[in-house]
Amino acid sequence: MDRKIRVLVAKPGLDGHDRGAKVVASALRDAGMEVIYTGLHQTPEGIVEAAVQEDVDVVGLSVLSGAHMTLFPRIVELLREAGVEGMLIIGGGIIPADDHEFLREKGVEKVFTPGAPTSEIVDYIRSWFEKRKTV
Amino acid sequence: MDLIKRFRKGDRLALARAITLVENGMQEGRDLLDAVHPQTGKARRIGITGPPGAGKSTLVDGLIQSYRKAGQSVGVVAVDPTSPFTGGALLGDRIRMQSRWADRRVFVRSMATRGSWGGLAAAAADVIELLDAFGKDVVIAETVGVGQSEFDVVDAVHTTIVVIVPESGDSIQVMKAGLMEIADIFVVNKADREGAGDMETGLGAMLDMRDREEDWRPPVLQTVATSGEGMPTLIDALAQHREYLAKESRIEEWERKAVRARIVSLVHEELRAGFWKQGRQARLEQLVGEVLARERTPGDAAQALFSPA
Ligand SMILES: Nc1nc2c(ncn2[C@@H]2O[C@H](COP(=O)(O)OP(=O)(O)OP(=O)(O)O)[C@@H](O)[C@H]2O)c(=O)[nH]1
Ligand SMILES: [Mg+2]
Repeated sequence: MDRKIRVLVAKPGLDGHDRGAKVVASALRDAGMEVIYTGLHQTPEGIVEAAVQEDVDVVGLSVLSGAHMTLFPRIVELLREAGVEGMLIIGGGIIPADDHEFLREKGVEKVFTPGAPTSEIVDYIRSWFEKRKTV
Repeated sequence: MDLIKRFRKGDRLALARAITLVENGMQEGRDLLDAVHPQTGKARRIGITGPPGAGKSTLVDGLIQSYRKAGQSVGVVAVDPTSPFTGGALLGDRIRMQSRWADRRVFVRSMATRGSWGGLAAAAADVIELLDAFGKDVVIAETVGVGQSEFDVVDAVHTTIVVIVPESGDSIQVMKAGLMEIADIFVVNKADREGAGDMETGLGAMLDMRDREEDWRPPVLQTVATSGEGMPTLIDALAQHREYLAKESRIEEWERKAVRARIVSLVHEELRAGFWKQGRQARLEQLVGEVLARERTPGDAAQALFSPA
């Protein structure tokens, strides 16, 4: 049976716009992935619990409110505390280029800016998945 | 090995991984299922199905809250369709099941129907087994009632709730969809909308006319899942159906039926998987060409697949 890539698309924080997250979610679905979407206003704890229960390969976080510098690292930390290993964490939304390096250090392996075509995200996840499979 | 130990200790990461292994048809998953089989059979199993958007997940959230208030742990498996075109799926049932996200005694898993050759029956029943073995007091399975998946899950649960809405058309359409036969409880949700009363009356009349082998006449209830209205009545109906099953060795009959269905679906799985190995996939492509060239009929081609190439 072929192994499906499972992705949690989550929106932490208070901003009320999930259009971008939904576009990404459906692009990943169209690329043959199983996408779990949890809706707006998720707490870091709620996102981590969902990632654990769904045993996803990838967590995609989207934030437009500017709170990514606190929310993203917090989620990574909670995932580690929960004992999760080998999950890819990526981010998107309105995130200044200056913040990318910091986020990467904190464990958000890739940050996509709003202009990025969804195919770029699909390709990134696929190649990460292929690499992980072989190790 | 390690996974089984962690599973037995109640580690939810182990449960989550076990479900993945089973879902992917891995041998490790089968081994784990076998190992925990003696621990199954304790959970109260409830199925909930109905047309897309009827409010199933919102109702499940209500059930989770009610059972948690009664001190029971809850496991949920929510099945959504896989796109036959891309193989992908958008699983959105969690959106409506958030009220207990911080509660460690609630475990929700989303699942896609995957393969077009059925197989959901086996996979979903396996996940129900795992949640049961893990020690969940109540296990709820949500499926969308548009095709096969709702029928697949029926055998694995004690009680099937069929959810419809006032807009679901008339009771004849509900009957045509085959939902009449699988419902132990009917819920007319979105009762805050017009037509709920008519729907309830129509369904009730239809149910009364039907010849039944069983003494159980499925109740028809109205709910507003978003406000919780009608929830206590639904919980009552579930308790009554449970009591009904407990009498006159009905539960033993149910168990026999459930186990038989499970064995049969596993056999079908095995046959299907085995059949398409052995180079038959390639042979199929070849045969498709021959049928297109009008050298064979489709029936012919199917027979040819059974005989050694
Ligand atoms: N007015 C009204 N809306 C409701 C009620 N119950 C659910 N809804 C809304 O109906 C929509 C669908 O609810 P869900 O619980 O996701 O329905 P579902 O049957 O699980 O949907 P699928 O899993 O996608 O088939 C949501 O917007 C709910 O808020 C109700 O009793 N009244
Ligand atoms: Mg749902």
